[in-house]
Amino acid sequence: MTNGDPSVVVRDLVKKFGDFVAVDHINLEAQRGEIFGFLGPNGAGKSTTIRMLCGLLHPTSGWATVAGIDVAREPDKVRERIGYMSQKFSLYNDLRVIENLRFFAGMYEVPASVLPERIRWALAMAGLAGRESSLTATLATGWKQRLALGCAVLHRPPILFLDEPTSGVDPISRRQFWELIHEMAGEGVTVFVTTHYMDEAEYCNRLVLIYRGQIVASGSPAELKQRAMKGELLLVECEPLGRALEILEGAPGVLDAAVFGNALHVVAPQAGRADSTLRPYLNERGIRVTRVEAIRPSLEDVFVSLTTMRGAPPAAPGVPQDEPAPEERPS
Amino acid sequence: MNLSRLAAVAHKELIQIFRDPRSLLVVVAMPIVLMFAYGYGVSFDIKRVPICVLDQDGSQRSQDLLKRFQSSEYFRVVNVAGNYREVLADIDRGHCQLAIVIPWNFSQRLAAGGKVEVQAVADASDNNTANVSMSYSEAVIQVYSQQVQLDWLKRHGMAGAGGVSAPIRVDARTWFNEDLESAAGIVPGVVVMVMAVVGTFLTSLTIAREWERGTMEQLISTPVSPMEVMLGKLAPYFVIGILDTTLCAVMGVRWFGVPFRGHWSVFLFSSMLFLIVVLSLGYFFSVVGKSQLAANQMAMLATFLPTFLLSGFIFPIDQMPVAVQVVSWVLPARYFMTIIRSVFLKGTSVAQLQHNLLVLAVFSGLLAFVATRAFHKRLE
Repeated sequence: MTNGDPSVVVRDLVKKFGDFVAVDHINLEAQRGEIFGFLGPNGAGKSTTIRMLCGLLHPTSGWATVAGIDVAREPDKVRERIGYMSQKFSLYNDLRVIENLRFFAGMYEVPASVLPERIRWALAMAGLAGRESSLTATLATGWKQRLALGCAVLHRPPILFLDEPTSGVDPISRRQFWELIHEMAGEGVTVFVTTHYMDEAEYCNRLVLIYRGQIVASGSPAELKQRAMKGELLLVECEPLGRALEILEGAPGVLDAAVFGNALHVVAPQAGRADSTLRPYLNERGIRVTRVEAIRPSLEDVFVSLTTMRGAPPAAPGVPQDEPAPEERPS
Repeated sequence: MNLSRLAAVAHKELIQIFRDPRSLLVVVAMPIVLMFAYGYGVSFDIKRVPICVLDQDGSQRSQDLLKRFQSSEYFRVVNVAGNYREVLADIDRGHCQLAIVIPWNFSQRLAAGGKVEVQAVADASDNNTANVSMSYSEAVIQVYSQQVQLDWLKRHGMAGAGGVSAPIRVDARTWFNEDLESAAGIVPGVVVMVMAVVGTFLTSLTIAREWERGTMEQLISTPVSPMEVMLGKLAPYFVIGILDTTLCAVMGVRWFGVPFRGHWSVFLFSSMLFLIVVLSLGYFFSVVGKSQLAANQMAMLATFLPTFLLSGFIFPIDQMPVAVQVVSWVLPARYFMTIIRSVFLKGTSVAQLQHNLLVLAVFSGLLAFVATRAFHKRLE
């Protein structure tokens, strides 16, 4: 495969659970060696998409190829070429670390000649060297996740699907985990990763924002920030926050306003002009303004801006909600 | 199919069995407990029935008769009553199940060569025991009565040197179970019961456990085939099942004293066929039930009751209504029951069992096929 060949191609992919449309005509292409981020709140359809790409769910319509193979037609051929880490930890807790590694090496037919070296490598990567005989259940979440990654890459797959690999992991472990992902991408592995942590999305080469089963934006993090915002972003520190938000939502020259922490993020066509008009406008209405400053938007701003444009209430990313349907297995 | 992958699944399953105290308990303790529970619990032998005696006569002769009751292994005299009220109270309180009352004129009437009646009062709230103990007591009295008759004839010089005996006698031979011990009839059946219950129970957990613990998602994301999953998961239980079956058979012979007259190869071969049936069935329930509890209950429902009631374990199939007999035809345990009983008690040859073996083989093939088809590598 030459560099730049599409590793994952998705066309008009749809998945319905009864009346509920979990994934709604999704199109995307991930290139070899890139970290492809799939960003969205819980329940947006990220896991459903990734499960279809691994052949665990059958698409309602549309198609997808992974490493050039149709997933719906030849799922087992696809499975030989991918590594998958599911959202919930799903290794065997009652097996030892080494037993889990050996088991998955067996499932992926890792040749006996390279097995010891691969296992050594996986243990080193997961930081579990010396803990081979620990029961998996006794590991902390960060180590468990890295062991799961280790098990998923023992057969050196060209494509890796990681479904929320860092949820519930402490910040230091999260950072280490992303360093691993970068290393693998550097070796040419295509990493398809979902997350609902906006800060993690910055690590990706390319991003797709998914909301209610639909792709609302895609591009590199920088592109997204530039393109998606229909104006410039201002940070407004003022008191009281709630009333200020109400006033600004109808104010002239304001495209959007939202609470971020203990300040407001305000989108205006021109940040320079807004600065001079906004302060007196708020002061006249009894709001004490302490600071107005033009800032660079974060992905979270982009996300809020995009979802409010669609006329939907901005479902705050990062707020845990239950992923629908796919978790339940209809009998 | 890839053998090394199959072996990896089997190895993993084996580790999990030995690391899980519950599975281990089922594997080791359940067969032993069930063997004892059924081996002793299900018994038609009635021995040492507690009886109460009232001797109103108090003579040499009446004591002679009572001694016969005392020395019989079927009775156990728990009370020698002083009056009739005491007899009734004993029966009321359940201290005894049978009371023998010898009238005051017993020896007097016998001496006069007259007829005399001995009263037997039975507690028939357990009608089976009452029936059996009644006929036992009749037999004891009958034998005594003949003795009395003989004595009378001798005394009147009517008996010849060769003695007198009843003209016709039944020379009963109960084949295959000479002592009519119910253990011999029951224990081979218990082996079948234990295999059916333990076999389905074990495999009913395998797939459901993976779903419940969330490990299934990772497993089916690998290229492993459904066939490899099934065979890999069933292989350890097959070996364990054979060991459990052997254990049950050895217990039957050594502990319960049941004869083993057939050839061990017939026993082992038919057991393997039956194991394929029950393991596949349990696996199927595990796939369909998707939770360990549901799969377990299905397994119990499908094996325990039908095997207990319809396999001929306790109730003879040819005594059942025709409709029920028809139902029993589709019960693999029925055929295995016939084979196992024959192997233990009769030592029947393979040729004579070929019909039952063939049906069992067909069932094992059928159920194994259904099991392979049940499992799909999909989350929905």
